[in-house]
Amino acid sequence: MLRELAVGFETTLKNFFAPKVTIPYPEQKKPRAQGFRGLHELRRYANGLEMCVGCELCQVACPANAITVQAAENDPANPHSPGERYAYEYRIDLLRCIFCGLCEEACPTGALHLTQEFELSETSRKSLVYGRDRLVRAARSGGSVPVNVYPDFRGHRPLADIQASEQEVAGA
Amino acid sequence: MEAWWLVLIKSVVLVALLFLVFAYLMLFERKFLGFFQLRVGPNRTGPWGLFQPFADAVKLVLKEDIIPASADPLVYRLAPMISLFVALAAYVVIPVAPSSGPVRWGIADPNAGILLLLAITSLGVYGITLGGWASQGKYTLLGSLRSTAQAISYELAMGMSLVGVLLLAGSVRLDDIVAAQARIPFAVLQPLGFLIFLICIVAETNRSPFDLPEGETELVGGYHTEYTGLRFAMYYMAEYINMIVMASLLTHLYLGGWQGPLLPPVVWFALKVAVILFVFIWLRATLPRIRYDRLMNFGWKVLLPLAALNLLGTAAVVALA
Repeated sequence: MLRELAVGFETTLKNFFAPKVTIPYPEQKKPRAQGFRGLHELRRYANGLEMCVGCELCQVACPANAITVQAAENDPANPHSPGERYAYEYRIDLLRCIFCGLCEEACPTGALHLTQEFELSETSRKSLVYGRDRLVRAARSGGSVPVNVYPDFRGHRPLADIQASEQEVAGA
Repeated sequence: MEAWWLVLIKSVVLVALLFLVFAYLMLFERKFLGFFQLRVGPNRTGPWGLFQPFADAVKLVLKEDIIPASADPLVYRLAPMISLFVALAAYVVIPVAPSSGPVRWGIADPNAGILLLLAITSLGVYGITLGGWASQGKYTLLGSLRSTAQAISYELAMGMSLVGVLLLAGSVRLDDIVAAQARIPFAVLQPLGFLIFLICIVAETNRSPFDLPEGETELVGGYHTEYTGLRFAMYYMAEYINMIVMASLLTHLYLGGWQGPLLPPVVWFALKVAVILFVFIWLRATLPRIRYDRLMNFGWKVLLPLAALNLLGTAAVVALA
């Protein structure tokens, strides 16, 4: 028994001086997995048109009923999207969302994309229902997709790979 | 005798100092437990988390003070005070450094210092027992029952191992005992007694692996399950100040007290106490809580006979020499 005790004390003492595994979170962030699904974004083409055509498939696909889409006809003179319709209203209730990514898979135009962003705390429930204003942005990942070229399904390809292919498309 | 106002000032300083040491002992325990578990411990409040004790104090003061409806209100209020008072009072007889010059270091210097100290620390169990009983809860009652049984089975062995030191020193005054260790500390002469005493003070202060009165895995919080806010803080303080008291006692009895080369006596004393407190934390980080019946078995069937053996051997050597 004494030997076991000694081994135990030795182990803990070694740990005492060993480098610590804690990551000081707000200052230093752990790298996310490549398939990480965080906050949604609605992407735009490089010319500013929205990729979303208001088909409402994401709303249908959503198992948590977190997505609400209301589509409207595009004004031909001043279109929001290259399709016939666009998302007049688009809401994602992040309190309901389970970040399963089914909406991303359902989206035929690749407009909807789950970014790596995960720091989503707010001080009220209302502010966690994201509307069009906060979802549509010439965003971190999507802004460079050129007109009428739909990006590949993102699946589980490495992020760097995806970014490289996006840059190729943008360059071409 | 010193003037009453001098004693008063010394008492106030002592209490303030003990509170300060308690606050930082708690911080360092959390820090070191973190280190032992490959974490970093509290490090957000102030540089290196150094203001954490004050944040904790503010938090505890602001908590709601709950008294269970079925609790005995007087005893419920009194129990944590007993615990804290006893813990603080015990330090009165412990000198920190040799007395030279007009003002002595210790507050009291009774010629039976150790006996008084043991008597006072033994009273600490009343705070725990009464608190657990007055809360009128099953967990609290079990916690307080455990603490009484534990105190009985460990204080015997502790007292017996201590008698060996008293025999060698030929005195029960702490100053004399420290002086008797001028050449060799008693830990070298009495390794068995030292070990038994170390184990017993861990049990006496209800520290892991003998923290059965708290036993948060099976008894929620044991005797302090129902306590909140400042009353809970009092129990907490009592536990840590008891640790300091016992570490100081161990230093005086077995490690040669304030004696040591080069550094001033106070520094030596503080260093030795700090090392023992580190051992307390190290023990907590390493050993799991032992089962209740094993605790009893260990106390009665292992420690007590060993302590008796140690005492007999010492007595024989002292008598023959």
